[in-house]
Amino acid sequence: MAEIESKSDATAGEIARQHRDRVGGVLIALREIVGRFGYVSRTQEHDVADVFNLSRAEVRGIVSFYHDLKTKPQPSVRVRVCQAEACQSVGARELTKRVESHLGVKLGEMTDAVSLDAVYCLGLCAQAPSMMVNGRPLARADLCDLAEQIPA
Amino acid sequence: MTTAFVPLDTAAVAAGADAVAAAVADNGTEIVRNGSRGMCWAEPTMEIEYAGTRLAFGNVAAPDVPSIFQQHEQHAKCLGEVSEIDYLQRQTRAVFDRAGTSHPLELPKTTVLEECLERDPESLIAEIETSGLRGRGGAGFPAHIKWRTVFDTPGEQKYIVCNADEGDSGTFADRILMEGDPYRLIEGMTLAGLATGATKGYVYLRSEYPIAAGIFQAALDDAYAENLLGTDILGSGKAFDLELFIGAGAYICGEETSLLESLEGKRGEIRVKPPVPAISGLFGAPTLVHNVISFAAVPAIMGNGGAWYADLGVGRSTGTMAFQLAGNVQRGGLIEVPFGITIDEIVNGFGGGSRSGRPIRTIQIGGPLGAYLKPEEFDTPLTYEAIAELGAGIGHGGIVVFDDTVDLARQAHYAFEFCEVESCGKCTPCRLGSVRGKETMSGIIDGRDVEQKLTIIEDLCEVMETASLCQMGGMTPIPVLSAIKRFPEDFRR
Repeated sequence: MAEIESKSDATAGEIARQHRDRVGGVLIALREIVGRFGYVSRTQEHDVADVFNLSRAEVRGIVSFYHDLKTKPQPSVRVRVCQAEACQSVGARELTKRVESHLGVKLGEMTDAVSLDAVYCLGLCAQAPSMMVNGRPLARADLCDLAEQIPA
Repeated sequence: MTTAFVPLDTAAVAAGADAVAAAVADNGTEIVRNGSRGMCWAEPTMEIEYAGTRLAFGNVAAPDVPSIFQQHEQHAKCLGEVSEIDYLQRQTRAVFDRAGTSHPLELPKTTVLEECLERDPESLIAEIETSGLRGRGGAGFPAHIKWRTVFDTPGEQKYIVCNADEGDSGTFADRILMEGDPYRLIEGMTLAGLATGATKGYVYLRSEYPIAAGIFQAALDDAYAENLLGTDILGSGKAFDLELFIGAGAYICGEETSLLESLEGKRGEIRVKPPVPAISGLFGAPTLVHNVISFAAVPAIMGNGGAWYADLGVGRSTGTMAFQLAGNVQRGGLIEVPFGITIDEIVNGFGGGSRSGRPIRTIQIGGPLGAYLKPEEFDTPLTYEAIAELGAGIGHGGIVVFDDTVDLARQAHYAFEFCEVESCGKCTPCRLGSVRGKETMSGIIDGRDVEQKLTIIEDLCEVMETASLCQMGGMTPIPVLSAIKRFPEDFRR
């Protein structure tokens, strides 16, 4: 029954099977699952483990290692503020405080609507401080109008 | 006939280049989305080419576009003729000569690959040896030794792996190259494959660079279509396959053995060395692992000869280095110059001093595991050897500038904190040392038992340096101890 219901959207198992024979296939599959669903659920971890003939613990170990592999549903607004040295040198800490008060969450926290995470370098170090809003990079974020750049 | 160029690279897009491109399109002018020339401080840049001249404009906003087309060189944001821009003219571009000149997917007119398809591996490796090329990822290990080891080690399938997990703060050269001239990397890796006998390659790119991923994948597809990759490269009968692999957010995967684990689909935990990857790398096979810029230097070396490359630079620091100037500086960006230039020429000459206008108090050189230096040391020439004498390293070429508002105790605290967040957890000195170091540094910042705690920090750093399995734990003491040594007043308040 479940298979019929999810016809329009590949399940975790189907995604995993597509990448079964590729180098690094487990990680490719997990990345794609996060891209599709926003996170990897426990059930999906088990599906991936079955396809790759790994133990569930091994897949859990992989998921818990990487920052990108989320294990909870993600809100629609995802903000990441760079905390690395080049950004620190031109006010990343102040920018972080400003974003925190704009969003009403602390760094590393998340609500149903928004998440705010640290990121260590977006490669915009000569135009620091930088941040990322739903995957879109922003340089000189200190000069940005946050209300304009972050969807409410 | 006027053509406008507006970069599509991350540095430009993050500063608003897409809106500028839209304004150019509204104007009805033909537009090329080029890569970046590395003048990050001027992004979004825009260039217009007409009647044999090519003018550059900096910090362009969409409303500037109509007046740029009317006023040309009279426009307030005009930086002058591209070929006469001081920032670029003072550079020697062996690797980045094409970056920013055209659309990144425009096939370059080069015959280097064609020529090298007819050369034997021995002559290609000898060319690298003559060039004196050393790894640009951070360690500065002589490239030819790795090449020869992979060539000499028996193995049915050998691999070429490119480390594009550019996680060091203050670095973006890999990104600019992959977004501005992806074929250079493809060509460099293919040449490495021909020389070492490896027929399969992977580029491991960090997930924080989505624009680079899109451009590089498109370049790979085009390269296959043009027969520059595959089982019969340009009809030579020689084979090289190349694939892009995206990481999942882990600084440690920039460490080569951790990267290989990750590429195999596992947790990115580092491996104990030896064996080195050149002997036992990806799936235990002989694997040549280099940084993006190391591979990207190869076509210029093969094209112009190893001796030409060795003539650039100083002593055993041969060739050019792509320095990346960042942080609190007026004109940060990519600066490719021969080794031997002083820190001052980069920071003040190219960079024009601090962005805040306050005095520069320190720079951190070589990424988050690099040393903090004092302005008194800025007359040091940038060579592997001279920088090592300061107890520092050039690393991947990142230089981050701080003004006099910086608190070095806080930076030392951050060094431990970063290590705590990014440690792979395999070895105790790094996994626990980072946590204890951070706690102890917090105590120092609060002024509790400072002298005693500084002694603890020194002991801890010695343990981390000598007993960690890789450079993550092994080099975290460098920013910490360099800060304590050069700025003791920040730790004893």
